[in-house]
This record gives sequence, C-alpha cells and structure tokens, in this order.
Amino acid sequence: MSDRLVYLDNNVSTQPAPEVVAAMQPFFTELWGNPSSMHFFGGQVARHVETAREKIAALIHADPSEIVFTSCGTESDNMALNGVAEMAGKNMRVITSRVEHPAVLGACRHLRENGHTVVELAVDGVGQLDIAALREALYGAPCLVSIMWANNETGVIFPIDEIAALVKSMNGIMHTDAVQVFGKLPIDVRRTPVDLLSLSGHKIHAPKGIGALYIRRGTRLKTYLIGGHQEHGRRGGTENVPYIVALGKAAELMQAHMDADATRMAKLRDRLEAGLLKTCPDSRINGDTRHRLPNTSNMSFEFIEGEAILYHLSDLGICASSGSACSSGSLEPSHVIRAMGVPFTAAHGSIRFSLSRYTTDADIDYVLQHMPGIVTKLRAISPFVQKK
Amino acid sequence: MWDYTEKVLDHFRNPRNVGRVENPDGTGTVGSLACGDSLTLTFKLDKNNRITDVKFQTFGCASAIASSSALTEMVLGKTIEEAEKITNRDIAQFLGGLPEQKMHCSVMGREALEVAIHNYRTGENMVKDLEEKIVCTCFGVSENEILRVIRENNLTTVEQVTNFCKAGGGCGGCKPDIEELLATVQIERKAVQAKSAASPAKTLTNLQKIKLVQEVMDRDIRPALQRDQGDAELVDMDGDRVIIAFRGMCAGCQTAEITRKDFIEAKLRECVSPTITVEEARP
Repeated sequence: MSDRLVYLDNNVSTQPAPEVVAAMQPFFTELWGNPSSMHFFGGQVARHVETAREKIAALIHADPSEIVFTSCGTESDNMALNGVAEMAGKNMRVITSRVEHPAVLGACRHLRENGHTVVELAVDGVGQLDIAALREALYGAPCLVSIMWANNETGVIFPIDEIAALVKSMNGIMHTDAVQVFGKLPIDVRRTPVDLLSLSGHKIHAPKGIGALYIRRGTRLKTYLIGGHQEHGRRGGTENVPYIVALGKAAELMQAHMDADATRMAKLRDRLEAGLLKTCPDSRINGDTRHRLPNTSNMSFEFIEGEAILYHLSDLGICASSGSACSSGSLEPSHVIRAMGVPFTAAHGSIRFSLSRYTTDADIDYVLQHMPGIVTKLRAISPFVQKK
Repeated sequence: MWDYTEKVLDHFRNPRNVGRVENPDGTGTVGSLACGDSLTLTFKLDKNNRITDVKFQTFGCASAIASSSALTEMVLGKTIEEAEKITNRDIAQFLGGLPEQKMHCSVMGREALEVAIHNYRTGENMVKDLEEKIVCTCFGVSENEILRVIRENNLTTVEQVTNFCKAGGGCGGCKPDIEELLATVQIERKAVQAKSAASPAKTLTNLQKIKLVQEVMDRDIRPALQRDQGDAELVDMDGDRVIIAFRGMCAGCQTAEITRKDFIEAKLRECVSPTITVEEARP
C-alpha cells in the first residue's frame, strides 16, 4: 500500500469539509434538543434547522418551505416517484432514461410492477438524450417524467431547461435527480420548471446520511414516511439535526466557491484527460465533452479491464471507479456505458476520475506519472493487443 | 473491494509466465471481449509428455489474471495426464480461495487448459461441440458446462451457477433452465445417496443424532442463511422432531416457512435421516 492518498472518486462520495464538521459539533454536545419541543431548549434547535433549509433553498432559488429533508438522494428519488405515482393511482405513464442512477431505475421498475407503464428513453453515442423520442413519448395522458440533470458516471449534462419546459407544456410532472449538479453548477428553479428535484449531502462535502427533495409548491405528493408533523407532515420522523445543519453549511460553502471551483476543476480535469490521451494509446473519452460536469472524466483504455486498472491504481493510493463488469459487481459492464453504445473493447476498460475542490495539481501529476505504466503492464498481459 | 487473499493479490501484481510460447504444442483460448474476460494458454511438451514451458495472456479482472497465473504454475512440470485432472476448485484452492462471485475466473482457467490439451491431441481449437445445446446465450454457456460446474462444485442455487460460469448473469432468461439442470443433478445426488448403504440414522443413538443434526446445521445450513443476514438455532430434539428457532433476517421473514421445509428439513433428511421433521419453536 502507498502512503499517498489521491482521491479522485468524488462522484461516489466527498471528503466532509472541516467547516462542515465543525458546524455539526454543537448539535452533538450542547444543542441536542428536539426541534419539535415547546420549550426554549428544543426551540433554539428548530431555528438552526430552518436556517439550513434557507441555505439550501437559496442555492437553487426556491422557497424554504419547498425543501424537505431526507436521508439520502435515493430516498429523495423514491419519495418523488412513489409519492406522485401513489397520488395518481393506477396506470400512470412514467418516462425516464436508460442512464439514470439505480435509485431512479429501481424505483421505476417498482412502479412498473405496480401496474404503471414505464418508458426508458435511449441516449446517443455521447450520452445525450433523444429529445424527439421524449416529445413523442409525452403525447397522450399526462406523464411523470424523471430525467437526471447530469450523469454520475460520465458527467454528461442533459438540457433540463428544455426538457422540463417540454414536459410542463404537456401537463406532465417533472422530476430531476440533480445529485451530481447541486452545488457544482447553478440551479434556478424559477427558470427551470422542474416540480421535484433530488439532492444529496455527501456529494458536496457534507457527511453521508442526509439529502433533500425540492417539491415545487402545488405539487401533489402522497406522504412518504407516515408519522408526526415534521417537514409539514410530508416526511414524519424526528429531524436528523446535526446532518441537516451539515447540509446547510455545505450548501453555503458550495455557493461561495462554485464559480472558482468549477473553473479550477475543469482545468485540472482537462489537463488529466489531455495527458492520458497523449501517453496512453488507444484511449478515449466517453460522453459529450461539450456538455459535461466540470469535475468528471470517464475514459476508456482499450484491451484491458477496469477492475485490474483500479487495483493497480489503488496500490498507488489512487482512488477511482470503473464501469467494468467486475467492478460493478455484476457480470455486465455499466448500463450507462452500454446505453451509449461504447464497444465492448472499451466498455470493460472504462475508468471514471471525479475531482473535488480539494483536488490539487500534484494529484493530477501523480496520476499522469503512473497511469501509462499501469496501462502498459496490463496490455502486456492482454491477448487482444495486436502486435505492431 | 473484493476480499482477495494475499496470494491472489501477489499473482495479480506479479503474474508468472506471461506471454505466448513459441511453436506451442497446445493452444487454448476461452472467453471473449464481450464476456469481459478472456484467456489464451500455450504450452510446450518434452519427449515424456511433460509440460516444460507454459504461458498465458489474459484480459480480465484481478482474479482472472491471478487464476491464469496460478494455473501456469500448477501445470508446469506435469504430464498431460496429470494436468488434465486439475479442476477449477484446485485453482481456487491454490490461491487460498476466491470470492464466490469470482469463481468463474477459476472455471475459465480450467476451460482454457482443457481446450489447450484438446488442441494438442486433435489439432482443433474448440472443445465445444457446435451441436451442443447453449443454455445461456448472453455468455454462450452450454448445458454440459453448467452441469459440470454444478457437479464439480456441489452447487445448489442459480446464483451460484452464475458466479461459477456466468450463465444467467446477462438477461436472466435462462434462469428457469438452470433451475431444471440443478434439479436434475439433485436427483442424481439423491440416487447416489440412496445406493450408498442404508440410512445411517437407524444405527444412530439419540446423542449421535443430536450431534449430527448440530453438525449439519453449523456446516451446511447456518452459513447459507447467514449469507442473507439470517440464521437459525437448534432448540430441541424429540425423536425425529427437530425444533429450531429463526434468528436475524429469518425471524419474521415471509419466506421462513419455505426455508424451514424446503431447505432445512430437506438438508437434514438428506444428511441425517429421511424421517426427520423440522418445526419452528413456539414463542
């Protein structure tokens, strides 16, 4: 094992910001009251919960009353999709894409099992959505549409403004999983007519275990977690106060750093990609490079397999992800990479590097220094490399 | 991360015998890019039919590379007749074990060796008979290959079959066919057991029976339940009546009744006595 840690797996989880960790502390030691209590001790805690709600609302230009805290992005997605479907009753049409996060794909499959109709839209070779197919699918009775804002594996950004406007023009209900976008790029729900938007804490330097769902005022949603009056009765259960405060603080930091971070991360990411394309022959970038998150790079290295690359990187202290079959725990490569029609020669050798505000120039240098050696070593073993 | 043994990691990091033997006596290639792993094995023999040189090239994950490397070390110096006795379990054992989801890597090793030996003997490149029935079309796995991994590794579930030879791991359309093959082998196993002497239970004392039940519970039943975060305990025995209590995820599980009858009772009947009945302890 290496002493060094080069963490380039930030689409999976990010390092909790020291400021966030510090902001949480008092809620374990002094301010541990229940925000619902009718005494000063609980009441003072409630104020902090509401401040956090305001910070999150501010980041997406929503009203604080439209933010409901959940335990994670997956819960937000489930709450949105099941909540709308249960309100609609039987046989609703649900439109989604083939490249959604498993939380949405899984929830949609659940809806299909419960008698709803689910349409999964295809993407093209760079992972962009077929808008014409969406337009076609929208004809008929009003639909529930769930399309992610940006893809977690490739970073490809969908034109959510256009998609949401289209859905609303057909009286549909629009949900977007914005977990990878929240805090990284500007979101303005006054301009983008989404009804529901999922977000998560641990992708923006808050700890794991906290998320939120934006619910546009007037959107009818069946209560997801039945219990007390918390979150205006939309999600019962005592509030996870320290983590809610953490999410608020993290959102505030993201807002303060957003522009500078985006520019810096994109520069580092582009340097990483340019360097690897130059030093590793038969490599390619997966996804639409014109519309992409500034922190995400998904590259394929032909004739070698992703898990083997990850283990060699890991030995050097470099953390990344792969869309290969073996590292996904299934026998087939990533559904996102396959939906894009990436050939098998490249799909099994796809590696995702995802950066954060803590990524340094030295981190990128370190990967650029070691990656060519790993690729050469594995290609020397591979039966598919043609002798030149 | 996978729970790889040090030996797996060592063979992955420092693979032995990489490359292709020049003018090989036998060559075997299995798998494909589409399948996610592939192995080409080449060997050379001396005049006594001993493998004096062997090399591999593998496209695949850490355990695929390690299994291939291990295989080359295992066959080096062996005669063809000795080498062809190597099973996928031997390869996994040589590496100190493989995670179950990775057992197909060891099967790929055994298959490549088999194809290479066949190639040496006949000059053909394929062992697979084109007439052979393909069960899993996603990964091109034949009925015979599935039956073989079931028999050689004592498999009992579709999930295990997928872990060992990939069949059923794509669209999943062949899972009912795999169920049938598992049932076929199950009948074979029962027939073999029926033949092998009379039921041991007849000569067991009460104490021996209790001990045997406990043994089967600990060895075969509880580890399987624990894999799904469940568990079961032996509470009491009264003649052939075995009383158990479910624990963990099994407690209150909707399918606990099926687990009791079709798994625990069936297993105890098979291993202890055909007259055993299993009941759940009343709270």
